[in-house]
Amino acid sequence: MKVFSEIGSYFLLLSRVFSRPEKSRIYWRQLILEIEKLGIHSLGIVAIISVFMGGIITLQLTYNMSSPLMPTYLVGLGNRDTLILEFSCTVLSLMLAGKVGSNIASEIGSMRVTEQIDSLELMGVNSAAFLILPKIIAVVFISPILFILSVFCGIIGGLIAGPISGVVTVATYMGGIRTMFVPFFVTFSIIKTLVFGFLIATVPAYQGYNVQGGALEVGRASTRSVVNTSILILLFDLILTQLLFK
Amino acid sequence: MIEIKNIKKSFEERPILKDITTLFEKGKTNLIIGQSGSGKTVLLKSIVRLIEVDEGEILFDGRDIRKMNFKDIKLLRQEMGMVFQGGALFDSLNVEENVRFPMDMFTNMSAAEKNKHVDFCLDRVNIKGAHRLYPSEISGGMRKRVAIARAIALNPKYLFCDEPNSGLDPVTSILIDNLIKEITLEFDITTLINTHDMNSVMEIGDNILFISEGEKGWEGNNTQVLFTRNKKLNEFVFASPLSKRIRDLKQREDDE
Repeated sequence: MKVFSEIGSYFLLLSRVFSRPEKSRIYWRQLILEIEKLGIHSLGIVAIISVFMGGIITLQLTYNMSSPLMPTYLVGLGNRDTLILEFSCTVLSLMLAGKVGSNIASEIGSMRVTEQIDSLELMGVNSAAFLILPKIIAVVFISPILFILSVFCGIIGGLIAGPISGVVTVATYMGGIRTMFVPFFVTFSIIKTLVFGFLIATVPAYQGYNVQGGALEVGRASTRSVVNTSILILLFDLILTQLLFK
Repeated sequence: MIEIKNIKKSFEERPILKDITTLFEKGKTNLIIGQSGSGKTVLLKSIVRLIEVDEGEILFDGRDIRKMNFKDIKLLRQEMGMVFQGGALFDSLNVEENVRFPMDMFTNMSAAEKNKHVDFCLDRVNIKGAHRLYPSEISGGMRKRVAIARAIALNPKYLFCDEPNSGLDPVTSILIDNLIKEITLEFDITTLINTHDMNSVMEIGDNILFISEGEKGWEGNNTQVLFTRNKKLNEFVFASPLSKRIRDLKQREDDE
């Protein structure tokens, strides 16, 4: 029963979030700040992880495809499709659920326990919309950009690791990257990142907004938000893959 | 003027507020006093409808906040200012931005007008040269004063203060008390202060409501509070040996 009650509260909060802003200009300013805080500040970590993962996937593919019947250009192709279909959308979203999600839950949770949210409400501000809406738009907006950056960096990672370790040449690797490219894979993954972005912003915001108690509860809400968001990302990955590939 | 009638509130079958009725007058500092856990904060938050009461009426100059819809509550709240226990300043904004925030949200004032009004509010609470500092960079007393400045930024009709002296030294406490009293008289507003600070009771208690275990225990003013025969209030007011000695001295003076 508690799960249904939580789901109900989550949607009630969303109905408050998507109401008309008091002053659009203030929300616009908040949105720019959130894009910088949640998106721009994630560029570095996304790039670093993607470069290394691209390199590792390339090496793993090479060492596990030792059959002479398999052409080596498949290494590039395998790396590209792994990045596009799962790593740069799902795995990266799981990572962002940790970085961005915990940030959102702890920020809003701290505001709750220090009565800053009550203070907003008492001024006549719709605190749910003011605090959460800019975060949702920021994360949903920045997620596809991070996805594209991640794919690009992953391919660069493979391009560096493959030829350096001598397992594949630059020409063969790049040939594989250009072989049998399916544009729908990118569309599919962008749809996934948009859904995951929404979850990454709203689930931690819900957890933070409903914190009761003190610093300990803020920490718990932050942990709970990462766990719940991760599970939901994997669940929606399964659902969307089934729906969009059917 | 704020009038509350037969307010009742329970949390999970545990009664916190038991049938409280009283009147908070305009232009006066109305104090709600009582021990920790007596229901003072619940009462204050119920009045502004941050907590929903189970029964009763809460009238702001005749307008019942409990019968209002979300839109009307938002409008009424623009007539309120509140100073929370910890100040509740926005951590991401500096002092100036905190005070300007309500103006940004609800007025169409020009930037110059806002700056002028921010300066006026900060001057009013004696804050100088701290405009660019963040809440984490200022003292507890300054945070409270900035919170008061923010609370008066939109010229409220009702001012609520939840333990404005908690965590402050006696000198700063008196400054804050006097400031609230001056603002109440200057702007002719209805002020409600939640406190268990006896200095505040004696200094600015125009109207005092004593809450004991969720019930209205006593009502009066700061002169009457010294000579009450209410047992629970006596235990609360004269809890310290110092206050008992002061009462005895005053009694002796009066007898002589």
